[in-house]
Amino acid sequence: MAAASNNQPLLEVRNLRVEFPTRRGTLLAVDDVSFDIAPGEVLGVVGESGAGKSLTGNAIIGLLEPPGRVAGGEIRLEGRRIDNLPYEEMRKIRGARIGAIFQDPLTSLNPLYSVGRQLIETIQTHMPLSASQAKARAIELLKEVGIPGAEMRIDHYPHQFSGGMRQRVVIALALCAGPRLIVADEPTTALDVSIQAQIIALLKRLCREHGTAVMLVTHDMGVIAETADRVAVMYAGRVAEIGPVREVVKHAKHPYTKGLMGSIPSLGVRTDRLTQIDGAMPRLTEIPPGCAFNPRCTFKGQRCLVERPNLMPAGATRAACWLHDSGGVGAPILKETVDA
Amino acid sequence: MPDGGADFVRIEGLKRHFDVSAPWLVRKLEGRPRQIVQAVDGIDIEIAKGETFSLVGESGCGKSTVARLVVGLYPPTAGRIQIDGNDMAARHSRSDMAALRRRMQMIFQDPFASLNPRWRVFDIIAEPIRAFGLSSGKADLEARVGALLRQVKLNPADGRKYPHEFSGGQRQRISIARALASEPEFLVCDEPTSALDVSVQAQILNLMVDLQRRLQLTYLFISHNLAVVYHISTRVGVMYLGRLVEVAPTDTLFRRPKHPYTRMLLDTIPDLEMTGRQRSPVGGEVPSPINPPSGCTFHPRCPFANDRCKAERPKALPIEGGTVACHAIEEGRLPIEDRTYALNT
Ligand SMILES: Nc1ncnc2c1ncn2[C@@H]1O[C@H](COP(=O)(O)OP(=O)(O)OP(=O)(O)O)[C@@H](O)[C@H]1O
Ligand SMILES: Nc1ncnc2c1ncn2[C@@H]1O[C@H](COP(=O)(O)OP(=O)(O)OP(=O)(O)O)[C@@H](O)[C@H]1O
Ligand code: SF4
Ligand code: SF4
Ligand SMILES: [Mg+2]
Ligand SMILES: [Mg+2]
Repeated sequence: MAAASNNQPLLEVRNLRVEFPTRRGTLLAVDDVSFDIAPGEVLGVVGESGAGKSLTGNAIIGLLEPPGRVAGGEIRLEGRRIDNLPYEEMRKIRGARIGAIFQDPLTSLNPLYSVGRQLIETIQTHMPLSASQAKARAIELLKEVGIPGAEMRIDHYPHQFSGGMRQRVVIALALCAGPRLIVADEPTTALDVSIQAQIIALLKRLCREHGTAVMLVTHDMGVIAETADRVAVMYAGRVAEIGPVREVVKHAKHPYTKGLMGSIPSLGVRTDRLTQIDGAMPRLTEIPPGCAFNPRCTFKGQRCLVERPNLMPAGATRAACWLHDSGGVGAPILKETVDA
Repeated sequence: MPDGGADFVRIEGLKRHFDVSAPWLVRKLEGRPRQIVQAVDGIDIEIAKGETFSLVGESGCGKSTVARLVVGLYPPTAGRIQIDGNDMAARHSRSDMAALRRRMQMIFQDPFASLNPRWRVFDIIAEPIRAFGLSSGKADLEARVGALLRQVKLNPADGRKYPHEFSGGQRQRISIARALASEPEFLVCDEPTSALDVSVQAQILNLMVDLQRRLQLTYLFISHNLAVVYHISTRVGVMYLGRLVEVAPTDTLFRRPKHPYTRMLLDTIPDLEMTGRQRSPVGGEVPSPINPPSGCTFHPRCPFANDRCKAERPKALPIEGGTVACHAIEEGRLPIEDRTYALNT
């Protein structure tokens, strides 16, 4: 739970837009995304593959790959605006106050150095420790993320680790400097459930004891259910629904969220086919007018084809869907328009 | 269903050890010993045609190493791998080898590292089709690549782009499309859907099942997501520190798990019902494959371990349609019970 003593959020994201200029026109990959994270809070971010989760995270840590750029909105960390800082200044903040765990572990690891060297260097940049103290701290961190035989493993190179072990080394690297905010992009995808539980316990302890805020991007609803306080659901570059984790998982209000929760495979009953939401998310160049989910939505009405819904109160969550507006979805759609 | 004939894949006594010692001079100067990782330490697997065999187990237990050995990316330290009667270690003529390679494909755990960043997606997927001469011309090639992209829920127009222009899950789907391009009979899938949201994951798994039924494909499937394994597998093998501790038909494994490690693994499944139940992480420290424990390597964490377990490596013994390597089960001092699962509805 949020251990906030004052009311100021640790992270504020307002109307964020991320664009890619291309020869074929500008792609709007993140479109008007807003959310806050309080100190000690974990915000889970879920959504369709390609929805813009990683780009949102990269925009916050100031590491969008060019030509991608923040084209609008504001990002504040502890009240201070960070989206318009010069590169050098942002680099310092990133090292000391924001811990980044990337979706691809190999972007954070240098294949030519042993993992120990990489950890020790990072620790020494941020803390006044001697080489042997830094090494002891590095071993301790590797143990915390569950690497067996950490004393021996510290001298090994990234390619000598398994997929899940590399992922844990990246987590250890992100925790080195004791950050205020952790942006974790799929930190547990390559991990078995047992190690996952250990990493989750570690993240929660940091939130509780140090008031660290976490933005946790993951596809794993089990991890979300156990870790997050609130969840944001993204679809086609926008937030489709946001609210307390229990409400979003058990009483979803947006049709996309409902479909997503219904697709989770369960144990106990083996079905012939897993439940899926039919169709695919539109490409960025082909986002339809109105609600971006309308081609796949079974509840849509005429209004959904022309007018785009913003987040609005929907039960205990906020959802971007006309079903929750007093005006409704508009006139029913005739068969011919559906086929067109 | 498996056709009961000769096994399509036959793995016998497979071992792979890695030398991870410091360089010789450093070792001598600092008096350090050699370090050998016993990543895969003697496993036997048989997979029938048309079957999905899944490997599960803790991170670092050797699953990816088995996958790489099976497709011939690493030579084994010991043991034999036969695929449809062809011994992978035997010398084959180049054309035999090419034919064998076409028949099996691998989807790698790391979708980032396995796609050439300088190639357009179209060429990445077209490469196996060209290499094995499967297409009759330019139009046919374009149609095939387009169809493959559509199957994995991407758009044929995406072929023009480079891998870095895609999200993590989109790249994973590109590598799935590439693996399917050469129309393989045997697919080794290492965490193929780990970067996908549950709905796209369901679409891809449904596609894999459809292809399997239509074309009698055989899968070796690796995933840490036990619910996915439950839905897709015919049989499951549980690995611990480079060894197979239990193999069983899927329903039996989940309903009547036998090996103490399998039981603990099933206890760690996350709770979606949000009942507040604490997941029990498998207790005890994970031992290192560099100095594995003696006897049964699970004994330091096993509540049923005794002196025999510390000294003697248990053999895989047949039981209820599968095999289990555990002294307590063999001696009958560990009862086998049915488990039930809370359904999330
Ligand atoms: N360098 C780039 N150039 C053009 N488009 C890009 C680039 N990087 C990302 N995109 C597009 O932006 C969209 C959002 O990408 P992002 O990586 O944020 O997705 P995601 O939600 O993290 O998905 P996943 O769950 O698959 O990782 C995708 O459609 C992707 O194709
Ligand atoms: N090329 C290598 N050199 C040295 N050691 C290696 C190499 N590849 C794997 N190992 C070691 O072998 C063991 C098994 O690794 P493997 O990648 O097979 O595990 P895994 O079961 O796939 O784990 P994960 O679930 O984390 O992907 C690990 O201890 C790993 O460090
Ligand atoms: S706004 Fe309309 S199309 Fe969009 S999700 Fe709601 S009902 Fe469906
Ligand atoms: S052989 Fe002994 S130590 Fe190993 S799993 Fe069985 S009871 Fe436990
Ligand atoms: Mg991503
Ligand atoms: Mg692996």
